[in-house]
Amino acid sequence: MENFNYHRPATVNAAAALLKKSKGGSYMAGGHTLLPTMKQGLASPSDIIDLTAIKGFSGITIGKSAVVVKGGTTHMEVATSAAVKKAIPALAELAGKIGGVHVRHKGTIGGSIANSDPAADYPSACLGLGATIVTNKRKIPADAFFTGMFQTALKDGEIITEVSFPIPKKSSHMKFPNPASRYALVGVFVSQDAGGKVRVAVTGAGPKVFRVPDMEAALSKSFAVSALAGISAKAKGLNADMHATAEYRAHLIGVLARRAVEAAK
Amino acid sequence: MSDTGIGARVLRKEDKRFITGKGQYTDDINLKDQTYAYFVRSPHAHATIKAINTAKAKKMPGVVDIFTSKEVEEDKIGGLICGWMIHSKDGSGMKAGPHPILASGKVRFVGDQVAVVIAETREQAKAAAQAVAVSYGVLPHNVDAGQAMKTKAQVHDVASDNRVYNWSIGDEAATDAAFRSAAHVTKLDLINNRLIPNAMETRAAIGSYDTGSEHYTLYTTSQNPHVARLVISAFHGLAPEHKLRVIAPDVGGGFGSKIFIYGEEVTCVWASKRIGGRPVKWTADRSEAFLSDAHGRDHVSHAELAMDASGKIVGLKVHTIASMGAYLSTFSSCVPTYLYATLLSGQYDIPNIYAEVDAVYTNTAPVDAYRGAGRPEATYLLERIVETAARELKIDPAEFRRRNFITQFPHQTPVIFCYDAGDYGAALDKALELSDYRNFASRKAASAKNGKLRGVGFSAYIEACGIAPSAAVGSLGAGVGLWESAEVRVNAVGTVEVLTGSHSHGQGHETTFAQLVSERLGVDINNVAIVHGDTDKVQMGMGTYGSRSGAVGMTAISKALDKIEAKAKRVAAAVMEASTDDIDFKDGTFTVKGTDKKMAFGEVALASYVGHKFNSSEIEIGLKETSFHDPSNFVFPAGVHICEVEVDTETGLTKIASYTAVDDFGTIINPMIVEGQVQGGVAQGIGQALLEGAHYDRDSGQLLTGSYMDYNMPKAANMPHIENFKLGFTFTKCPSNPLGMKGCGEAGAIAAPPAVINAITNALGVRDIAMPATPLTVWNAMQPMKRAAE
Ligand SMILES: Cc1cc2nc3c(=O)[nH]c(=O)nc-3n(C[C@H](O)[C@H](O)[C@H](O)COP(=O)(O)OP(=O)(O)OC[C@H]3O[C@@H](n4cnc5c(N)ncnc54)[C@H](O)[C@@H]3O)c2cc1C
Repeated sequence: MENFNYHRPATVNAAAALLKKSKGGSYMAGGHTLLPTMKQGLASPSDIIDLTAIKGFSGITIGKSAVVVKGGTTHMEVATSAAVKKAIPALAELAGKIGGVHVRHKGTIGGSIANSDPAADYPSACLGLGATIVTNKRKIPADAFFTGMFQTALKDGEIITEVSFPIPKKSSHMKFPNPASRYALVGVFVSQDAGGKVRVAVTGAGPKVFRVPDMEAALSKSFAVSALAGISAKAKGLNADMHATAEYRAHLIGVLARRAVEAAK
Repeated sequence: MSDTGIGARVLRKEDKRFITGKGQYTDDINLKDQTYAYFVRSPHAHATIKAINTAKAKKMPGVVDIFTSKEVEEDKIGGLICGWMIHSKDGSGMKAGPHPILASGKVRFVGDQVAVVIAETREQAKAAAQAVAVSYGVLPHNVDAGQAMKTKAQVHDVASDNRVYNWSIGDEAATDAAFRSAAHVTKLDLINNRLIPNAMETRAAIGSYDTGSEHYTLYTTSQNPHVARLVISAFHGLAPEHKLRVIAPDVGGGFGSKIFIYGEEVTCVWASKRIGGRPVKWTADRSEAFLSDAHGRDHVSHAELAMDASGKIVGLKVHTIASMGAYLSTFSSCVPTYLYATLLSGQYDIPNIYAEVDAVYTNTAPVDAYRGAGRPEATYLLERIVETAARELKIDPAEFRRRNFITQFPHQTPVIFCYDAGDYGAALDKALELSDYRNFASRKAASAKNGKLRGVGFSAYIEACGIAPSAAVGSLGAGVGLWESAEVRVNAVGTVEVLTGSHSHGQGHETTFAQLVSERLGVDINNVAIVHGDTDKVQMGMGTYGSRSGAVGMTAISKALDKIEAKAKRVAAAVMEASTDDIDFKDGTFTVKGTDKKMAFGEVALASYVGHKFNSSEIEIGLKETSFHDPSNFVFPAGVHICEVEVDTETGLTKIASYTAVDDFGTIINPMIVEGQVQGGVAQGIGQALLEGAHYDRDSGQLLTGSYMDYNMPKAANMPHIENFKLGFTFTKCPSNPLGMKGCGEAGAIAAPPAVINAITNALGVRDIAMPATPLTVWNAMQPMKRAAE
């Protein structure tokens, strides 16, 4: 790990200004993605701008139609929030399945989403619920946010301040963990909104989180496991590695989607 | 039984310092003026080293010096050795390629160490290591044991077909004859997957040279510091033994991987002199541990089992290709031979066995002993083929085993060993009962209702451990004898210090050894200190591996205690003015037969040192005795393990539904510690069967499982629920040591893999499934069945 300058700004604006001034700085929230990459020498930022001292940067508010999670909120806060459990139980459950206890206490929703790891869990909730990602500059719909493997629509210096999740009628999250890392080998998030429209978002299986239109269409007509009969995800373009072939991942998408529909509440 | 003696569940004395962070591991030790080493490692699986340019790196901040094979050769530091000579069938000796402490001319696996950078801080050493410019000429490589004798990638000049040896055991002609007359032959091809040990503490070393006394000290993460000193003196030629002190302080797990002498530790102690006597410290990071610790297993085998019409086994034929990796590690050559094929008779009366082993070089990390060492590979092969044979013959696997069990002891197998005692049927009975085998069908039906396939698998294992008789291992090619030493020092106040050549790196010796002393001398275990791991304190020893510390190490202590008792009786007799023959010793008190005269052990200890009360020209002052124990035979723990799995047919995920382990370890000193050893061993075995596997990429030769992101260590959630993890014990006394002990350290890791795989193949109705049986592997195995059903 190389030496770096460390900052701990108190406001979003100060953080953005520090990043702008730096030669090649990086924001840090929980540090649970950034620090491991720095230790491996894959990243060596000149400046670390720690976002965790920003006032009002973490917390959860439940509105009439949406759960709003501030950018610096840890996975643990979401997983254990009684209000989230009531409004969108699947979201709390998803947060509770990220990493281990230590990871959940440090890692944040902003860091997770900004990183757009293809095997991360939160992106499936964002896409699966049709969330809005709010930054210090603008509002970005989830559908436009995840642009590729470790790539997002965020511009240089943009800070995720909130993620707003519409409260669905029903939702559910199923995760089949990678046996070694426990990240998602495949994860499926299913939701049905008040109007009956269904979203099915898949993480872990492709280069980035994606939706499955066939399944969404079928489930929007009839939200039942039987509606998925005969619909299978395509293996083409899916990830293949020593833990799972593309065919196996495609198969798991079907299994988890069925299980998610069955468990949706 | 006293409450701290043999058989008591005494809490571990050492745990307070471990769980409060007060342990002293090598990395916790910091010497004055210490420098830090970082190794430049090969990024290629196989390449010539064309040039090494250190000029730029030497100018980097904090760099003290950089060494390569050039300096090693200048100082005539010898290469690493393999201490067990194996001869091929044709009589030729094994082909050991050179194994310099820093690669010379060629690198042979990803991670091979090429140069060492010594700097003021670890970070500076690491940064400079990245600036060392090595130019490589990439050569063809091979990482696959099965391909080694066919590939163009020749790892060592001495072995043109990459073959280290072609060794055999047993009577080939007689075995062939038995096969010709057999009623049924079962055949199986098996792979025993390569494992990475993953001790919690990574390897570390501090080498220090005292320019005044010309004395070297090496702190190192070793399971056998005396053997390290011997090898570094005799083969590396660094210093004679009296000028070299090796200290293995607290060591955080080894599982075999810390038996061996490695290039890094030799480099540290050598380099300290090169840089003028400043200590040189190295601590492996986890990535280095994955790449460079000696790995385990990695066998490719073909086995055939012959039965007569009554289902009695009449012969076994085995051919195994065993990967040695890129170099022969310290004891690697004996693992797939004398620790493997000698166990192929298992618990069965098999009149004819013939096995042939080709040990081969591959462009991978060296392979050596890993928890069980050879015996897990033998047990896996035998228990898989026995189970398969039972299924083919449509005999219940428990019944098939029982029909073939050895029942008369001693039993001479056709593959060297003479089993001394055992009752295999008793263990099977107990395991059947504990696992409720009778009602398996109803559990299977219940699982099916939940969409799960349930299977049951057996493993009746035996191991030869307490690795010892020096003459025996010597006749088989070992370069050292495998006895053990003990010194018991009774202090004047009656407290006791035991110096042992065994080494504890998690086993709890400080507790169990103290229990033996407490039992024998009647002293409180808190008044007993166990001293180990320092060649300046303990004169000589052979260390800990092969479940030998109880059967061999404690027997040495027991013999020294015999001498202490005899001497103390003479002192007590003199002080109490009686004849030595009339002295009785019980519960820590010496009494004179027929009188009420008595002396406590502490009083006799004091009298031994005060020396006033007896004639010191007849009885020597002091109370201190030594013993070197060389046993007459190996010990043969055995048992029956039964595993039940549930397979999720949709995802291929396998869960251990229940696990039953019944073991015969002879006398048990501390049941709590022994149960922990069984549970830990089974966890490692489940790891091998379901989760773990070192995976080198065929095309690039890179280790793909180089971190915990991809190498899957067993976790609590992979184990059966504690209520379904049943342990039982049967007892036959070991006749070859006075305590009647066998060994328990490896049993679980040996027994579990075939039990688990037998259960999965039973659940799926397939002949074989590769380890680790990951969800992907199991799902793949189910696809042909699904297609057939559709
Ligand atoms: C052992 C382990 C297991 C894990 N398992 C899982 C798992 O099962 N599932 C899973 O989803 N994740 C897992 N993670 C990842 C974990 O959830 C991380 O916490 C998360 O991916 C990153 O969040 P962070 O707050 O730590 O971000 P950091 O590491 O601090 O930052 C990551 C990146 O995001 C940027 N960033 C951070 N906050 C913001 C912000 N508010 N706005 C803009 N950019 C920002 C940083 O500049 C950096 O580039 C695991 C991590 C570890 C170490």
